[in-house]
Amino acid sequence: MNTELLGIIASFAITMLIAIPLGKYLAKMYAGEKTWTDFLKPLENGLYKLSGINPDEPMNWKQFLKAMMTINILWLVYGFFVLMHQDKLPLNPDGNAGQSADTAFNTIISFVANCNLQHYSGESGATYLTQHFIFMFLHFVSAATGMACAVAIFKAFRDKTTTDLGNFWNFFVKSITRVLLPLSIVIALILTFNGTPSSYAGKDKFISLQGDTVNVSRGPAAQMIAIKHLGTNGGGWFGANSAHPLENPNYLTNMTEIIAQFVIPVAMILAFGYFIRKKKLGWVIFSVMMVGVFMLMIPSITSELGGNPLIAKMGISQATGAMEGKEVRFGPTATAYWSTLTTVTSTGSVNGMHDSTMALTGLWELLAMMINAFFGGCGVGIMNYFIYLIIAVFISGLMVGRTPEFLGHKLEAREVKIAALITLLSPFLIMSFTALSSYVFMAHPGIDWAVKPSTWLNNPGYHGFSEMLYEYSSSNANNGSGFEGLGDGNIFWNVTTGIVILLGRFLPIIGPVAIAGLLAQKKFIPESTGTLKTDTLTFGVMTFAVIMILNALSYFPALALGPLAEHFSMLK
Amino acid sequence: MKKYIVPSIRITVVLTILLCVIYPLFITLAGKLSKGHGDGEQIIVNGKVVGYAALGQSFTKPQYFWGRPSAASYNAAGSSGSNKGPSNPDYLKDVKNRIDTLLKYHPYLKKSDIPADMVTASGSGLDPDISADAAKMQVKRVAQFRKLDEQKVAALVNSHIEQPLLGLFGPGKVNVLKLNVALDELK
Repeated sequence: MNTELLGIIASFAITMLIAIPLGKYLAKMYAGEKTWTDFLKPLENGLYKLSGINPDEPMNWKQFLKAMMTINILWLVYGFFVLMHQDKLPLNPDGNAGQSADTAFNTIISFVANCNLQHYSGESGATYLTQHFIFMFLHFVSAATGMACAVAIFKAFRDKTTTDLGNFWNFFVKSITRVLLPLSIVIALILTFNGTPSSYAGKDKFISLQGDTVNVSRGPAAQMIAIKHLGTNGGGWFGANSAHPLENPNYLTNMTEIIAQFVIPVAMILAFGYFIRKKKLGWVIFSVMMVGVFMLMIPSITSELGGNPLIAKMGISQATGAMEGKEVRFGPTATAYWSTLTTVTSTGSVNGMHDSTMALTGLWELLAMMINAFFGGCGVGIMNYFIYLIIAVFISGLMVGRTPEFLGHKLEAREVKIAALITLLSPFLIMSFTALSSYVFMAHPGIDWAVKPSTWLNNPGYHGFSEMLYEYSSSNANNGSGFEGLGDGNIFWNVTTGIVILLGRFLPIIGPVAIAGLLAQKKFIPESTGTLKTDTLTFGVMTFAVIMILNALSYFPALALGPLAEHFSMLK
Repeated sequence: MKKYIVPSIRITVVLTILLCVIYPLFITLAGKLSKGHGDGEQIIVNGKVVGYAALGQSFTKPQYFWGRPSAASYNAAGSSGSNKGPSNPDYLKDVKNRIDTLLKYHPYLKKSDIPADMVTASGSGLDPDISADAAKMQVKRVAQFRKLDEQKVAALVNSHIEQPLLGLFGPGKVNVLKLNVALDELK
């Protein structure tokens, strides 16, 4: 068998081998049961003490969300000012400038929201201080925020009738000390021993073999790249992200990074099943999601391996597949595998440029972000899926004429309304903002802005439309990858995507936690023969159908105008 | 929300010390033990740094093996791909020109002998590698310009083909800088 294919099979197998025990461990650890990492308790107690936090104080869903929102707003304000004034702060060996107000607005929202859309390049738009104290810090805490909120939902369904969703600080701190930090240390060590820089030395300069003078950006990148994948963040140290040979020097680091970004989202799903003591439900959800992932991944790999038909017409063989925007050390198979996993999870790091992938691969990347519930981001993946579950329960209830119930709680108008609004939010944000940008591009191409709309797109025609559609899909899904040809470093894109990221992050967290809180307050109804069972294959298929139908109805027209039209035009 | 402001500030400070000072410094110290001491692995010839093993550099002279086209002109102060879509007519023209240039310098080649990586730009613009086929295809030209025995150059290329990880995972490749450094030493 060919070694490129073997490489991704091995990556997948190792991911599963880690994710299954990790899922069990997460369930135990969050439940406060005995685990082997209890030796970290003194460290946690120290953190609580220094912060004046009582980790055992119960919180209802409103208090839980208030604590979560307070600290997130604090990070937004603090980070905004640090980014704007980074030039005057220490740890700036390359003398980079401060960010403009609109760039800082976009960047800080993007990093607080675990999105990591980057409208600057790490080499010139950030300093070592902001890379670590703002970006890497937010990599950790935004992932921990998502995980903490997911655990609140776990707890709501385990405890039958309760108003106590657990303590936000407790789940938040443990996500860092018991999962993210230890694993980041392991990954950062693998990276640095394979050639990723980890020292604070600034730019280097050398004279190349044939006599050119070359400057080299460096810096303590390994530390940040580890958590950027583990926390499904994706914001890279260098502009080219994980395609950059210092950020991802060889095939081993590539495997490490691709495993790191998939392992927690998978483990969280299994943890849900173990935590609420319905192991089977965890595995049913896992299976539905995995079917979805393969449905997106297999055609992506085949379309990249097929190569570009227009280059084939010129007589080039493309034996290994399409190579534009890809690195020789990874090859098209591993790049296509990565492109699927980085878009189903909310990572958004890239090891090859998505703008240059084949039209159909672009379609699968877009669809993965639009669905945004096949494993998804750290913690938030299961929350997005939870919304689809509520809709599926509601529709199945109507179909069979039973009162819709989920895990022993009656679903009523209020919960279904919240779920419906969250479902409609994504298409609303993506479609209306893509429409707005298309309108500005078509109707006012020469308008007197610093960057004229006529220069936004790097590619003409259908692909240009896809660039705009991709930017908003990525923002809404808090993914952060891009069709990077788009000229997005200006006020229009900074402000509009900033708004989309903010709404696309916090409403889909607030909604599910509120639904879980509301349901948990209701009287628990024991299972009877009349209960709609949610941990069966039938219900799994039902949920999958709901996901597909909702997304097809919402997005097919836009996808037809972008990647599909481009694909068919290339076959002519 | 007032109740949560002070703990939010305090935990942000405490976690900043843990995550942004202790953790990265620990990795930096551990990285000192690695091959490049955490600064990136340099290639040194006669006591002079001529480049980084991981970073591709521009080779345009005919007596060297060439790397891939680069959208960043191999300027390692930045990094970028072309971000050209697969159907972009300007991009396709670029590819056509690259094919013509290659054929001009390698008149012995057929179009179908040219591997895709030699006519397409990499994702980072700093790709240090080319495929084994891409290196082999250039042997005759390099040997002619250096007035070297073709078989000797071919043997050098063969000895620089890096196998997949453990011989099992991922593609094989040739590091262009390392190959050219060895080529300069070849008599």
